[in-house]
Amino acid sequence: MENFETLRMLRVGQQAVIKKITVGGEMGRRIRDMGIVPGTVFTVMGRAPLKDPVEIKLKGYNLTLRNNEADHILVQTEEG
Amino acid sequence: MSGEKITIALAGNPNSGKTSMFNAITGARQHVGNYPGVTVEKKWGHISLNGHDLEIVDLPGTYSLTAYSMEELVARDYLIKQKPDVVIDVVDAANLERNLYLAVQFMELGVPLVIALNMMDVAEGRGLKIDPDKLSRLMGVPVVPTVARKGKGVKQLLGEAVETALRQKQWRPLELSYGPDVDQALLELTGKFNGNSLAWSPLGARWVSLKLLENDAEVQKQVSQDPGLAGHMEPLRQKLRDHLRLTMDDDPEGVIADYRYGFIGGIYRQAVQETRAQRLELSDKIDKVLTNRLVGPLILLAVLYGIYQFVFWASEIPVGWLEGLFGWLGGVAEAAIPEGFVKSLVISGIIDGVGGVLGFVPLIMFMFFTIAILEDTGYLARVAYLLDRVLRNFGLHGNSVMAMIVSGGISGGCAVPGVMAARTLRDPKARLATILTVPMMNCGAKLPVYALLIGAFFAAREAQMLFALTLVSWGLALIAARILRWTVLKGETSPFVMELPPYRLPTLRGLLIHTWERTWQYIKKAGTVILGISILMWALMSFPALPEDQAAAWDAKVQAATTKELRQEVEYHKGQAELAHSVAGRMGRALHYVTAPLGFDWRTNVALVGGFAAKEVVVSTLGTAYSMGEVDPEDTVGLSERLAKEPGWNPLKAFALMLFVMIYAPCFVTVAVIRNETGGWKWPLFAVAYTTVSAYVISFLVYQGGLLLGLG
Repeated sequence: MENFETLRMLRVGQQAVIKKITVGGEMGRRIRDMGIVPGTVFTVMGRAPLKDPVEIKLKGYNLTLRNNEADHILVQTEEG
Repeated sequence: MSGEKITIALAGNPNSGKTSMFNAITGARQHVGNYPGVTVEKKWGHISLNGHDLEIVDLPGTYSLTAYSMEELVARDYLIKQKPDVVIDVVDAANLERNLYLAVQFMELGVPLVIALNMMDVAEGRGLKIDPDKLSRLMGVPVVPTVARKGKGVKQLLGEAVETALRQKQWRPLELSYGPDVDQALLELTGKFNGNSLAWSPLGARWVSLKLLENDAEVQKQVSQDPGLAGHMEPLRQKLRDHLRLTMDDDPEGVIADYRYGFIGGIYRQAVQETRAQRLELSDKIDKVLTNRLVGPLILLAVLYGIYQFVFWASEIPVGWLEGLFGWLGGVAEAAIPEGFVKSLVISGIIDGVGGVLGFVPLIMFMFFTIAILEDTGYLARVAYLLDRVLRNFGLHGNSVMAMIVSGGISGGCAVPGVMAARTLRDPKARLATILTVPMMNCGAKLPVYALLIGAFFAAREAQMLFALTLVSWGLALIAARILRWTVLKGETSPFVMELPPYRLPTLRGLLIHTWERTWQYIKKAGTVILGISILMWALMSFPALPEDQAAAWDAKVQAATTKELRQEVEYHKGQAELAHSVAGRMGRALHYVTAPLGFDWRTNVALVGGFAAKEVVVSTLGTAYSMGEVDPEDTVGLSERLAKEPGWNPLKAFALMLFVMIYAPCFVTVAVIRNETGGWKWPLFAVAYTTVSAYVISFLVYQGGLLLGLG
C-alpha cells in the first residue's frame, strides 16, 4: 500500500481524491455526514488568514474544516 | 376520507431551503417555541388542504440522524416519539448526493417519506439534469421538484405528502446491505431481539441493531434500560464490533456510512446527468475577495463595525419613542395616583419594569435582522472561517465574535441581544462559554458609570481611559472563556467541519419572519421574568419605609424650608435617609466589612446592589446616597464634582470601582435572557456568582496592589 498524504499537507489549488478516514467517534461521523468519504474528488479552495481552517470544494459544494480534522483524512493527489 | 388531521414533519440539511419551504407553506401563521428541555427552536404551523387539517412541524436542520448534536437528537426523538404521519425531506437539488444521505437515513428508519427536490433552478444553472421520476423509482419514495423561494411546486408537494400519509400508515424500513460482514452481524443481533418485547415501536429490530453497531449512545442507553435486553445485547455488540474492526480494518460506522454513500452514488449516476464540468461558481469568485487572507479580515472588521453602527443607530429613534411613552405614562400615574405605596409600586416597579422589557425590543429586533441577513446570505459561515483560529485558542468558536461585539466589544453595545446572538453557535460548550462571558463587555449602561468616574478622577485622560477599559473587557472576557473551558465547560469542542453555503440574496419576507418570531419570543419569555425582578428590586430599595416619627420629622423639615433650593436639599437628604433605611441600604451597610478591602463604602455598595437592575442605576443610586437627588445618567457633572471632593474617594478607588462594575453580576435583564437561552436557572445563577467573585478578586488585587504602590 502506497503512502497517502493527509489533507493538511495539500496546497491551495491542488486536487486530490479521498482514500480513507482514520478517525471514528463524533469527528469521524461528522466528517462522513458532510460527504467526505473515500472515492470523492475535491479541490483545496483556500486557507483562512492563519492557515487554518482550510476550505475544500467537493461534489459542487464547499466545506471548511480545521487542520486537526484534516489530519484524519488520507488523500491521493492526481499526479501521485 | 376528508377531515383527517395530518402531521407533517419538515426535515432537511441546513441551507437546503427548508426554512423557505416552511415559510412558503405556512406563511406568517407560525408558532415558535422550544423542544421540551432543550434550547433547540421548535416551529410549527397549521394550514388546511382539501378539507384536511395539516400540522407542519419544522424539524431542526441536520445532516444526519445520529445522536451527536442536540439538533439531530431532537429531530430523531421527534420522529420516534411523536410519529408524524409523513416526513417531507427538503433536499438541495444542486447538492443532491450529500443531501440524500439524510434521506437514506429516514428510509432506514422507515417513516413515510416524500422528497422535495428543492432549488431545481440552481441545479439547472449548474448544468445538472435531474430526472425526478427516475429518482423516485430508484429511491422508492415520491419526489416532487420545487423552488421554495418562489413558491413553485409547494402545492404539489403538499398534495403528495397528504396522499402518502393516507396511503402508508405503517413504517416500512429500508433494508440496505452494508456488505457481508456487517449484514451477518446485523442478522446475529436482530436474532437476539426475537421473543423479547421491543417496546419502542415503530422502530424495527434491524434499525436498532444497526444503531448498536454504529455505537449510537442514545440507542445503547435505551437497550440497556430494557430488562429483556440489557444482559445479553452488550457483550454481543462488543464482540461483533471487535470482529468487524479486525476483518475490515475500519470502524463499523465508517463502513456503514460508506455503503450508504455507495447506494446513493449508484442512484445519483442513473438519475442525474452532469452536462458540464465543475467550474468556479459566482460564489467562489466572491469568496476570492471576501475570504482572501489579506483583504478578508479587513472587510470582516468593516462589516462587524457596520452592523454595530446600524443596530444602535437604527434603534435609537424607536428607543427614544418608547422612553418618551413610558415617561409620559409615569407622568400620568404621578398625577393620577395619590402619594404613597401604590404610586411608588406603579411608577418605579411596574411602569419602569415594563419599560425595561420593551426598551430593549428595538435593539433586539435590529440585531436579529442583521444576523438574519448574515445567515441568509451565507456570510456568517465565512465569519467563523476567518476567525476560528484566533477564537479557538480561548475555547470559543469563530461565530462568538458576533455576540462579543454586539454585547459591547465596541463600547456601548448591550449584552441582552449579545447573549441572544450566541444562538448562531452550534457547539454547545463554545456557545455556553460565549453566553457566560459576553456580559463582561462594556455595554451602553456601563458607560454612564465610567463617564461619572472618569470625569471625576481621570478628566485629563478621558479617551485613553475608555480605550483601556475596552481592551481590559476584551481581555477579561477571553480569559474568562478560556478558564471556563478548562474547568466547568471542559471537554472536546464539537467538530468544526462546516458547510460554506453559496452566497444567496435573502428574501425580505424570510428576514422579516425571522426577526419577528425571535423578537416576540424575547417579549413573551423574558418579559415576565424581568417584570417580576423589577418589582423585587423596587421593593428592596423602598422597604422598609422610615418609621412614622422619622418620616414626620422629615416632612416637618421640608415644610419648614424657606426657599425652593433649601426644600430640595432637604428632600434629597430625606431620600438618602429612606434609602439607608431600606433593605438595600441595610445590605449596603452589612456588606461594608466585605467591600472595605476594595475601598467601597456603604453608599457604593447600595449603588452596586441597585446596579443589578441596570448598570446605569449605579449612577442614580449614588446620587441619592450622596443626597444629590436622582441623578440623570446622561448628565453626571454635578455628582462628578461632588465625588472628586468627597473624602475617601480617589483615583485608585474609582478605578477599582470601574473594574468592579465592568465585571460583576450581569444586569437582571441579561440574567433573564441567559435563563431563556440555556433553558434553566443553573447557568444564569452561575453567571451571577462567578462574575461577582471575579469582580471582587480583581478589584481587591488592583486596590490593594495600588495601595502598596502608594497610589491611594
